[in-house]
Amino acid sequence: MSQPFRTEKGGRIDRAEQLTFTFDGEEMQGHKGDTLASALLANGVHLVGRSFKYHRPRGIISAGSEEPNALVGVYRNGDQTPNLRATQVELYQGLEAISQNRFPSLGFDIGAVNDLMSPLFPAGFYYKTFMWPKSFWDRVYEPIIRAAAGLGKPPKNPDHDVYGNIYVHCDVLVAGSGPSGLAAALAAAETGAKVILCDEQAEFGGSLLSETSASIDGKDPCDWVAETIAKLMTMDNVTLLPRTTAFGYFAHNFVALAERVTEHLSNPDPKLPRERLWQVRAKEVVIAAGAIERPMVFPENDRPGILMAESGRTYLNRYGVKVGHKVLVTTACDTAWQAAFDLKDHGVEVVAIADMRETPPANLISIAEARGIRVEAGCVVTGTLGRKRVKGALLGKLMTSGKVASGGQVACDAILMSGGWTPTVSLYSQSRGKVVWDADKGAYVPGKSVQNERSTGASKGLYGLQATLEDGYAAGEEAAKAATGKSAKITYSVATGGEAGAGGTLGALPHDRNAARVKAFVDYQNDVTAKDVKLAVREGMQSIEHIKRYTTTGMATDQGRLSNMNALQIASGALERPVTDVGLTTFRLPFTPTTFGLFAGVSRGDFFDPVRNTPSHDWVVANGGVYEDVGQWKRTWYFPKDGEDMHAAVARECKTARESVGLFDASTLGKIEVVGPDAAEFLERMYTNPWKKLAPGRCRYGLLLNDAGFIVDDGVIGRLAEDRFHVTTTTGGAPSVFATMEDYLQTEWPDLDVWITSTTEQFAVAAVQGPKAREVIAPFIEGVDLSAEAFPHMSVVEATFCGVPCRLFRISFTGELGFEINVPRRHGKMMWETLAKEIEKHNGTVYGTETMHVLRAEKGYIIVGQDTDGTVTPQDAGMSWAIGKKKLDFVGKRGLERPDLVAENRKQFVGLLTKDPKVKLEEGAQITVAENPATGTPAEGHVTSSYYSPALDRNIALAIVKNGHALEGKTLYVPMPNGSIPVEVTGPVFYDKEGARLNV
Amino acid sequence: MLLVYCPYCDVERAETEFACRGEAHIARPADPTQVSDEDWVNYLYMRTNTKGVYAERWRHIHGCGRFFNAVRDTVSDRFLKFYKAGETMPDLEAIAKEAGK
Ligand SMILES: [Zn+2]
Repeated sequence: MSQPFRTEKGGRIDRAEQLTFTFDGEEMQGHKGDTLASALLANGVHLVGRSFKYHRPRGIISAGSEEPNALVGVYRNGDQTPNLRATQVELYQGLEAISQNRFPSLGFDIGAVNDLMSPLFPAGFYYKTFMWPKSFWDRVYEPIIRAAAGLGKPPKNPDHDVYGNIYVHCDVLVAGSGPSGLAAALAAAETGAKVILCDEQAEFGGSLLSETSASIDGKDPCDWVAETIAKLMTMDNVTLLPRTTAFGYFAHNFVALAERVTEHLSNPDPKLPRERLWQVRAKEVVIAAGAIERPMVFPENDRPGILMAESGRTYLNRYGVKVGHKVLVTTACDTAWQAAFDLKDHGVEVVAIADMRETPPANLISIAEARGIRVEAGCVVTGTLGRKRVKGALLGKLMTSGKVASGGQVACDAILMSGGWTPTVSLYSQSRGKVVWDADKGAYVPGKSVQNERSTGASKGLYGLQATLEDGYAAGEEAAKAATGKSAKITYSVATGGEAGAGGTLGALPHDRNAARVKAFVDYQNDVTAKDVKLAVREGMQSIEHIKRYTTTGMATDQGRLSNMNALQIASGALERPVTDVGLTTFRLPFTPTTFGLFAGVSRGDFFDPVRNTPSHDWVVANGGVYEDVGQWKRTWYFPKDGEDMHAAVARECKTARESVGLFDASTLGKIEVVGPDAAEFLERMYTNPWKKLAPGRCRYGLLLNDAGFIVDDGVIGRLAEDRFHVTTTTGGAPSVFATMEDYLQTEWPDLDVWITSTTEQFAVAAVQGPKAREVIAPFIEGVDLSAEAFPHMSVVEATFCGVPCRLFRISFTGELGFEINVPRRHGKMMWETLAKEIEKHNGTVYGTETMHVLRAEKGYIIVGQDTDGTVTPQDAGMSWAIGKKKLDFVGKRGLERPDLVAENRKQFVGLLTKDPKVKLEEGAQITVAENPATGTPAEGHVTSSYYSPALDRNIALAIVKNGHALEGKTLYVPMPNGSIPVEVTGPVFYDKEGARLNV
Repeated sequence: MLLVYCPYCDVERAETEFACRGEAHIARPADPTQVSDEDWVNYLYMRTNTKGVYAERWRHIHGCGRFFNAVRDTVSDRFLKFYKAGETMPDLEAIAKEAGK
């Protein structure tokens, strides 16, 4: 037989179906129904990984999702998924798994030298060692830490799997399908309530699947599980989700479930997602998360072959695997005895049961004696032998003095241990409930419910099969009643056997070894020992939150489900304060590690964020335009011609637009239609400028402040009729301006009769700018006299463009004669292509956002959000002219009168010219008075915009500078790593200061 | 994710449909010119930021677009009352008492 540790019979594996898999390249056999862990154990493989810090050989310790050691990488489709718990990986034909954190091999690992140097790695090692000098961080410490960090290797390729996502509502969500969870689901379902039952394991049943010494309604527990599931499957109101972890409990009973859909299959259907995120809004939740067994903290408790007792029993009864041929059972509680009995009944040699209690229950002793098992009472393990596999154990007798006397040595190839049980309160804790200390149970249990949930069974510290069943039924009934108001007559099943056990221990166990030389592990995954916790206390850590971060105990992937209680007890002892004074760290989501793919779902690549294209998009792509992302918009940045670089392209575009004509896609500008009898009054209140006297057909530049007095947006507003305005906003500000308008309208001025509508997407906008602009558009526009006299600067009119209705603005963001044509979006492509063709006749150019920025900077026009930063007032920006002086109120008016806003020394908007015209300043660079200011000298301001200006053939910049308006002509400095750059302060307008080019 | 009720649409919807807009019942002074600097700063910036029962503004931004008010326990995140904009502020203490706070 190729699986030397497989039992003759029993277990829930399919012995008829043999599966081949590899571990670190070695081929092995297992069965359908195995996990990778159970199959490895069947082959006698305990050593599966190296520990994080000391690279100590580590073995499988548990049979569940709390597994801290057996983290493996699994290959699939040419790449590997790291850090999967072998206890959760279901075996399939051809599975390829590798061990982690070892070099060159699992058996011989160079990093194991860390174990010998362990006195160099005490608690707080990182904090103590990597302190100085500061410059070492980048070059020395960080690379070392990064190289050593993490256990597995991240996948190399993009994730090619797909992930699903479902939103559901239900009456009762039951998390966990052990005895209490199944009973709860059944009870709730019988009332007709809509029930979801999920369990992280492949099979429903939890602890019942490894229970062979009890019965329910006279049946084998596994048969009862099968019947119960069969019944639930027939009910339309029940959704059964195996392989599904409830990993996050959020507000308002919103629970996130991770379903592993195809991971367990050899050849999954490519149409299926790998995992599916269930976002469940449950009226009521039943937490039936069970409890997990606590490790015992004795020296060398981490050798491969040392497992939790109940896990050993699970491997035996559920998977048909013996953890060893000669097994020592060490315990502080009753339940582990059953593991010894079951092993013995399968012909395994049980070398002894070492119970640290002085007088274990007499009935257990007599059962052991009947089986011929040696019992050692008042006995602890004080050390273990072996390296890659445990070979023996040192026993110690607890004496009344509290000291330990040597109790000899036993040979064994496996040790099962049980320090007692810890209720799994993670989900309850995530629901914001506060756990309370139960001194009798020596455990934290759920306290008051904060949300609509209740814990049942072992997850609230209730043990014993009959008691947990009963509690589960009651919880299901109660939850259904609360959710739907309905109840039903439910017959409770009755269990015999599976009685609750007594006993348990917390903290480090006493021993007779040299305390300085032994390691008793508290947190396996993070290599934290009892000594480390004590050292943390000696070094001043008082709260468990500090001890946790200093030692990293409880920071592993199980979030301390295994280690917390022992660490707490050790800290409590060292601090000489009760456990309840030390505190408990908070359990956070996710309950178990969850893939990024699950969270991302379909929101990847093109679906990560919507892309907004303008009507010129196809034309731009065809003509080699270069895009930049502006929020969600794709905007054309520049149009390189004949191998031009950006600088050359922008220079050509700028020059052509000023000399002839340029065409620019301005469709992204925000647009809001403001309509109604009070439309003018509304704008009067919103914007700084006066609007009531603006005649229909005219436009005005509008400046929008917040009530604090600071500039938040701007744009041209055209009056189409007495009661209708076409408002434009910045591209990025459109949604917030619209929301702000709605806010004032709905909540401050509901008396105003005004409707506002976002029309950003309704119009395509082409800006035609330059001396030839009029000639370019004239052939296509009908119904308007375009002459300067009839249609002057800042006019708006409704006309047609190629027969399509349009809103024609005569406005300019370049300083040149300019028009902006708004047509219904569906005609945008036609308009763009028509104009793009037409400008060629005038040797014009299409231009992008970079040229738009340069042209406006030459004219000193601000860009809100670039030249302003939320602390700039109209006065600061030199735009006092935009304020309606006679207006009694507008948003921001009172704010502008605040003392700080009228004080001296405010930063003001200016132009900067470098003394050397070839030198270009960096945007964001700081400005100082001194050429070489002392370190720590506050800056006078900063550069907000900086470009090469083709019109001036020199570099120009805009900035905000303290008292800038008074500094015109003065020299300031921009200190840079390569020396200070002298600059002259100027006004912000560099080109056509009189504005003559606008009015042609 | 919170579950929010819109009193205009008369529906419960996920929080992602809504935007929270801070403390409710902070009215913009009718005549700002009559307000002292200190009071104006209070209006702009100072909020009670209650730990406990708190009235706040919500907007059904991806639904009907309307602003409304809600009373929320900021500790448990439970909503205790939803009401339309313009309705008078409810007695928060009474609501807290009723909710067993
Ligand atoms: Zn609504």
